[in-house]
Order: sequence, then structure tokens, then C-alpha cells
Amino acid sequence: MLTALGVIIGIVAVTLMGTAIGGIQTGFDKSMAVFGDDVLYVEQWPWRQVDDWWNYRDRKKIKTEYAEPINRMIAATPNTNLVVAVPSSAFFRRVKYADNEVDNILIRGTVSDYIITSTFEFKEGRFFNDTESRDGANVCVVGYDVADALFPSGSPLDKSVQINGQSFKVIGVIARQGTFLGLFSLDAIVVMPLPAFKKYFSAKSDSDILVKVKDKTRLADAKDELTGIMRRVRGLAPEKKDDFSINEQQALKSTLDPIKNSIAIAGLFITGLSLFVGAIGIMNITFVSVKERTKEIGTRKALGARRRTILLQFLIESTALCLVGGLIGLTFAYLMCFGIGAAFPSFPIKFSLGLVLISMLVSVMTGLVSGFAPAWSASRLDPVTALRYE
Amino acid sequence: MIPAEIRPPGPVVIDIENITKDYVMGEETVHALRGVSLQIRRNEYLAIMGPSGSGKSTLMNMLGCLDTPSSGRYQFNGKNVAEMNDDELAAIRNREIGFVFQTFNLLPRSTSLRNVELPLIYAGIDPVTRAERAEQVLIEVGLGDRIHHKPNELSGGQRQRVAIARALVNHPSIILADEPTGNLDSKTGEEIMALFESLYRGGNTVILVTHEHDIAEHARRTIKLRDGVIESDHSEARPRSEAMALS
Repeated sequence: MLTALGVIIGIVAVTLMGTAIGGIQTGFDKSMAVFGDDVLYVEQWPWRQVDDWWNYRDRKKIKTEYAEPINRMIAATPNTNLVVAVPSSAFFRRVKYADNEVDNILIRGTVSDYIITSTFEFKEGRFFNDTESRDGANVCVVGYDVADALFPSGSPLDKSVQINGQSFKVIGVIARQGTFLGLFSLDAIVVMPLPAFKKYFSAKSDSDILVKVKDKTRLADAKDELTGIMRRVRGLAPEKKDDFSINEQQALKSTLDPIKNSIAIAGLFITGLSLFVGAIGIMNITFVSVKERTKEIGTRKALGARRRTILLQFLIESTALCLVGGLIGLTFAYLMCFGIGAAFPSFPIKFSLGLVLISMLVSVMTGLVSGFAPAWSASRLDPVTALRYE
Repeated sequence: MIPAEIRPPGPVVIDIENITKDYVMGEETVHALRGVSLQIRRNEYLAIMGPSGSGKSTLMNMLGCLDTPSSGRYQFNGKNVAEMNDDELAAIRNREIGFVFQTFNLLPRSTSLRNVELPLIYAGIDPVTRAERAEQVLIEVGLGDRIHHKPNELSGGQRQRVAIARALVNHPSIILADEPTGNLDSKTGEEIMALFESLYRGGNTVILVTHEHDIAEHARRTIKLRDGVIESDHSEARPRSEAMALS
């Protein structure tokens, strides 16, 4: 039974790796979903690695003023693929309230339509409305981290925070979004009407335009349409290349997918190795078992057992051993996931039925593969020699 | 002198003609059998004797279809054994031959019943019939109250009885016993020999392989081997039953 330990450990490792990978995938999808899959982002830089960065650095910056002509052209296009263009401008700043302060908060200035292109929900309060947006009222909504740091014991609503010495009344708190791939927090933001933003902060900020797409299955068409519109807005002659980038969630996914997959493959490879060691153990113990039962095998053959009967007998024994080891391993893995999940709630772990089935299948395969060589040698034993074995 | 009962001889079960067997051991070739011819009929009781190196074990392996001859003809119940493949030999061993070993060779972790069932399992008999037949045979050898015992709960004599029951369960053409009393004390040995006698009288064909004269004397025909050939082949006329002897 001790040798089944090797298989048990192997299965535990593979299963845990599987749950971690499953968790990573879930976390990945959740982070990706922050960028709506039906939104196009008009920015200076593309969302992928570029080798000729100098060509991109010199591009003219995207201006929030583009939103108006874009929306006009959208309205003028029959059967347009686009819904609305939303301008956005942002930079990082410290935010204060009374004696509390938080650094490095993303301050974003945008219009009330921003809510159409974003994916956040409100814990308290609301987003700013059309009027507040147009008039540039000194209001804002804050992210979970900001609310938590500045207002630890009470609601931020109707209180005013200071940014660069200016006061902004909090009218909403965004529900917790978590981190983007664990890299940075999505909750360290403050969003305010664009005119207010421009009045106080515009000099140091980067702008982009978010464009909502009507039908996400026709993203390519929408992208083409938007490219055409942007080229007109920028006044580009037909032979000139685009001097802007239109980014989408899918492109980001394509860049990150290979990385994610490499992690998964590496992880599985390493745990596969541990399973391999376990399999070697099973093969070894089966060989020893065959050796010790040489006389018994000879007797069985004398009584009429055919070669394949003996082969099957030992194959079943090694597979059963692996299956039991696999079940034990699976139970251990489940308990460990439970424990990890309780101790570290944010760690990505996902235990699913599919995983259980795959683990069982892997156990069976291990049993068959590792048991085959010894079972085959058992079936080939010469009965005369076997019967003489002491 | 009372004349032995004369019975019509049974059909030929084993017909061996001029078989040889050679083994290659490193650089040398050992000629274990150098031309043995022999016929064994149904319901014979014979003993094969010979010193070490006489080819006695080799001949036994041939008779038991555990091995095939290097040359010569071997027919078992009319079928040509020398040219059979592994599966066919296994089938013959299963149905026609009942082995009894000096070391009993029972499965240590199985009950008597399970041990006796083994040839039936390999014959593909269903579980219900298997259990019935196995139990029946165990009763016949006097172990009806031991069917659920494991070998380590049985005495040597009882273990050999289980082995004999196992040999009988498929109604084989011959019972092939290799030094069946070698691991038993003389009293128990006699009990086992008495069992073989009753099997013979019941119509079975019994072949003993032994080097002990005391054991060989129970048989009705003794074949002596030396250096790979048959040295002598004597049959004895002996009463088949006490009743006959006294009349």
C-alpha cells in the first residue's frame, strides 16, 4: 500500500495543479471582462508588444474633443455598427479626506455615457447624470479602495474629497471589482465629469475614446467603421497609415493567452513528472509481485490459464491499486483545496466534476501503462520453470 | 494365487512415439529424453520412476502438456499435441489433465472452495455451477466441512486433498501426481495413497511420478527411466477389489 503513496501524491499534485489552472482561467476571464467585449478603445498605443516603438511614440495624442465628431458621424451613418463614443481622460493623483489620504489613485474624467461602456455596478449612490456631466459639477464617484481608506467608519456619500486642492462631493461608491490579473487594483479610482476634470487637471492627463459596439459578433465590421471615422476626424490622406490604435478585449486576450497557456503547460508538466514517478513505483511493485508469485503463476498455467488471462489478472490488480490511490489522492486534494480556500480566499482555486473525472481517468491510465510490462512478463513465464521456482 | 480380474483394456489416452527433448544450457545441449515411446490407456494406474537426470520430470512435463517435445509424435486423446499453440495447450491442461504437486500449490489467500473452483473459472463455467461442482468434489474427498477454510487453516494432508479435489473438478482424462506424498508424514501419505486408489477404482487414470519405491508399489504398472529412455515397463496383475481377492 505504501507504493500506492507515489500514485496518491502524483494524483494530489495533478489535481491541485488542475484546480489552480482552473482558478487562473476563472480569474483571467473575470479580469478580461472588465474590458467589455463589446467596446472598442481608441488609444495612442496598441495593447500588444511593438518592436518599432518610435513610430508609436510620435503619434498625436487622442483628444477628448474627438468624441463629438465621432458621435455625429455615427448618427449620420445608416445601419451603423456603433452605438456611442465616450471620451475619457485620466491621470494618477493623491486623494484626501480630512486626515486620511490615499496615493496613486486613477482620476478619470468622462461623460455620463461612460456607464454604457463600463462594467461596474454601484455599492452605494449613483453615477453622475447628464446635467452634472454637461455642467461639469464638482461631483465624483469613488472606487471601493478609496472609500475604504478614506471613510473607514461610515458612508462617503455627500462628503467631499480633495484632489489637488479641489473639492469634489462623493455621490456614489463603485462595487468591488478586484484586481486585474492580480497586477493592479481596479478599485483605486475616482470618476468625475469631464468638464470638471479639464478645468482643474487636463495638462497632465492621457485621453482615449471608448466606443460601444452594437453587435459584438460583428466586431470586425465595427472596427472597420470606426477606423474610417477616426481617419476622417484626424484628416488622414488615403495613403497615410493610421496614426491611432483601436484596441479590443480580444486582442488583449490573444496577447495574454499564450502566457496563460505556458503557465498551464509548465504546471502540468511538473506535476505530470510526479505522477510519472508514482507510475514507476507501481510498475516496480507489480514486478516484485510477479516475481514473488512465480510459482502461483506456474500453477495457474498448469490449471489451464491462458497467457492473456494472466496478463489481464495482473493488469487489473495494478489498475485497481492506482484507482484506490487516485481516490485517496483526490480526497486529499479536495481537503487541501478546502483548507486553502478558507485560509486564502483570494487565491484562485476551482474544484469541478470535470477535474474529478479526469483525475480518475489519469489514475486508470497510469495503472494500465505502468502495470503492462510486468503483467506481460508474467503472462510469458514458462510454466515448467515457474513451477520449479522456490 | 488368485487370478487378477481381467478387464477389457480402455481406449488409448496417451500415445507417445519416439519423442525427444533437448535443452540448451549455455554452450551445451542436454538430451533429456532420447526416444521414448509409450501408450497409456484409460483407467490405468501407473508410476513413472527414475533417478535424478533420468528424464522423469521432463517426461512428466510432456505428459502434462506443459512442454512440447523437440521431435516425435504425441497424441492425447487422438489430438496431436506436438503441434499445438500455447492457448490450445492451456485448454488441454484445463480440461484433460489434473495436476497434483508435491508442494500442494494452493492459492494461500483463497478458501478451499475458491481453490477448487479455479480450473472451472478458466473453463468459463458460471459462478453458481462452479460453486456447486467445487463443493461436490470437496465432499467426495472428505472435506465437506472445510470448504471455507484457507490453506493455512488446514493440515498437510487436508491441503493435498484440496489439491486432489481441484485436479478432479473438471473430470480430466488423467491425474498427474508429482511426488504427491513428498511433503507429508508416512501416515498421512498412506491416507493420500488410499485416496488415489479409490480414484483409480472409480475409473480415473492415475499417473504417479516418484522416486520412492513404497509409493510406486501402489500403482499397477511401473515405468522406469534411465538416461532419457525407458529401462523397464512392468505391469502387475493385482486384485481390483478385496471381494475379488477373497473369492
